[in-house]
Amino acid sequence: MEENRFFVDADTLSPEALARKHKLENDPSCRTDPTQYLPGMEVLESDVRERVLSQVASYDPARYTATDVRAALERRTCTVEDLKALLSPAAEPFLEKLACRAKAETEKHFGNTVYLFTPLYLSNYCENYCVYCGFNCYNRIRRGKLTAEQTEHEMQVIASSGMEEILLLTGESRSQSDLTYIGDACRLARKYFRTVGLEVYPVNTDEYRYLHECGADFVTVFQETYDLCAYEKLHLLGHKRVFPYRFDAQERALRGGMRGVAFSALHAYYLQRKYPQAEISLSCPRLRPILNNQTIRPMDVGEKQLCQILCAYRLFLPFAGITVSSRESARFRDGIVRIAATKVSAGVSTGIGDHESKYAGESAENRTGDEQFEIDDARSLNRMYRDLSDGGLQPVLNDSLYV
Amino acid sequence: MQDTWTLGGRTFTSRFILGSGKYSLKLIEAAVRDAGAEMITLAVRRTNTKESENILDYIPQNVTLLPNTSGARTAEEAVRIARLARELGCGDFVKVEIMRDSKYLLPDNAETVRATSMLADEGFVVLPYMYPDLYAARDLVKAGAAAVMPLASPIGSNRGLAAKDFLQILLDEIELPIIVDAGIGRPSQACEAMEMGASAVMVNTALATAGDLPLMANAFRQAVEAGRNAYRSGLGRVLTRGASASDPLTGFLRD
Repeated sequence: MEENRFFVDADTLSPEALARKHKLENDPSCRTDPTQYLPGMEVLESDVRERVLSQVASYDPARYTATDVRAALERRTCTVEDLKALLSPAAEPFLEKLACRAKAETEKHFGNTVYLFTPLYLSNYCENYCVYCGFNCYNRIRRGKLTAEQTEHEMQVIASSGMEEILLLTGESRSQSDLTYIGDACRLARKYFRTVGLEVYPVNTDEYRYLHECGADFVTVFQETYDLCAYEKLHLLGHKRVFPYRFDAQERALRGGMRGVAFSALHAYYLQRKYPQAEISLSCPRLRPILNNQTIRPMDVGEKQLCQILCAYRLFLPFAGITVSSRESARFRDGIVRIAATKVSAGVSTGIGDHESKYAGESAENRTGDEQFEIDDARSLNRMYRDLSDGGLQPVLNDSLYV
Repeated sequence: MQDTWTLGGRTFTSRFILGSGKYSLKLIEAAVRDAGAEMITLAVRRTNTKESENILDYIPQNVTLLPNTSGARTAEEAVRIARLARELGCGDFVKVEIMRDSKYLLPDNAETVRATSMLADEGFVVLPYMYPDLYAARDLVKAGAAAVMPLASPIGSNRGLAAKDFLQILLDEIELPIIVDAGIGRPSQACEAMEMGASAVMVNTALATAGDLPLMANAFRQAVEAGRNAYRSGLGRVLTRGASASDPLTGFLRD
């Protein structure tokens, strides 16, 4: 498959900024050490990272055979070794069988329910240079953040569509969207929604506790990759570059009192063993085109592989929620909710302050800030609700109480 | 005389209670019409604040609502959810469910005892879901439970009466009604629990995942009634080891 061409130069950058950008991109020696914490970052005493990374380091997908895959499919409890076999190329010919097993596990734990939520982007200011992301600090986009009044208005528009669960997002900029700003948004969200989740820059335990007290119960943090070498090449600048701080975010969130956290499978497995009360959910977001770079595509993960991964996750963690966002197509999402996924978004905008125009079907040119990436499945809540119901599934708008 | 049982001042003829895990309008219809359910569990965390799709609207007026505290991880959280249920107009019945494990969803007996005591003090009719442990069951009785709801096997597992021997101990020793909850996967297992002396069974997944809901609901009604009648009639002698001697061993004794 064609390599992604990540690097795009905005014509508005000063010669100095451009020189710095090129140096970051081309000269690894000028980048900071991704394992070093920055000032103010809490260091967690935890063995979870060690456990996950040693499994990742020792994983050799080519080692697994059809026999391993068959054994994994037969076993009642899927072990870490089974997960490795199910994720390996040897499992590709077993995709249909894998899907059947995944479907059975999903139905056992979730029946025919599918949960619905929508994201609300509060701000797209970002101090990171993550090469695949539309919000990256070098990308020339319209930046903006919602005022409290605008936030409340967006929430009213979303709530009037019938949505009961919201995921609040920001770019990663503490100076533009500080903790109080996010906390205030959580408080507002509690007025309009039953469940509030956060997908913001990782913070310390006491800060997660503060956000929990403001009304948030769930925290999503994406790592993109557990391979430090790959991570270092994709996250060239900013807080996200600090790999261990990123990794420990979910654990800090749980210690801060959050009910649930979202991430990838093996990480979730070890953390759930350590915090058995934690509600965990998984997702596997693939790359999408961004403003100023239409060439960005999912690199090495096609739809079949994505399906294989999600099915393997289902067998490994039968009780975990699996979320598939609107970055995937309607066709894929309609199929995967019958097999492994338990939660989908609807009525999605990844821009800042454009729900009203989008929901009314108007041009969203008056939005406050540009989008993070192009979504694929643009169905509204009503449409998604109907499509799921017509497909024999039961849409659920809420299954959580803030206590 | 009609075979009824009483809970929190209400009298029931049906001994089939619908659990909450998987919900749909069709399931509730089948449970009420075909299984004869007079009590239906309601997950408070699933109730909608919006007008559309409110589960409360699905449930007929003559059916007793049994709100549960699923989602609670401590006694305090269970109490808060129970109070919320009362405010929502669900009445005074509450099924206490406290889980501190998201993988197996096993109930935490110690927290459940604490919550039961707090809720009984507030005048709730408390039905605690518990792991079948004799000491915990006795503590629940002391704490003011209206019934005890031991699990038969892990929730949603459809594995039947995996905890059968321990259920029997509770049935033998606890004088409150015992409702066997969680794990009943087929009508024959419901029947067996009733034969053993359970006051009622709670079923959800086994019915919710059936191919023909009304037919399965009817099967559960028959199974529960059959088991109950067998229990009431007194099970016939079951010989477990060899035959009994026709000449009694003690026949030689003179006085």
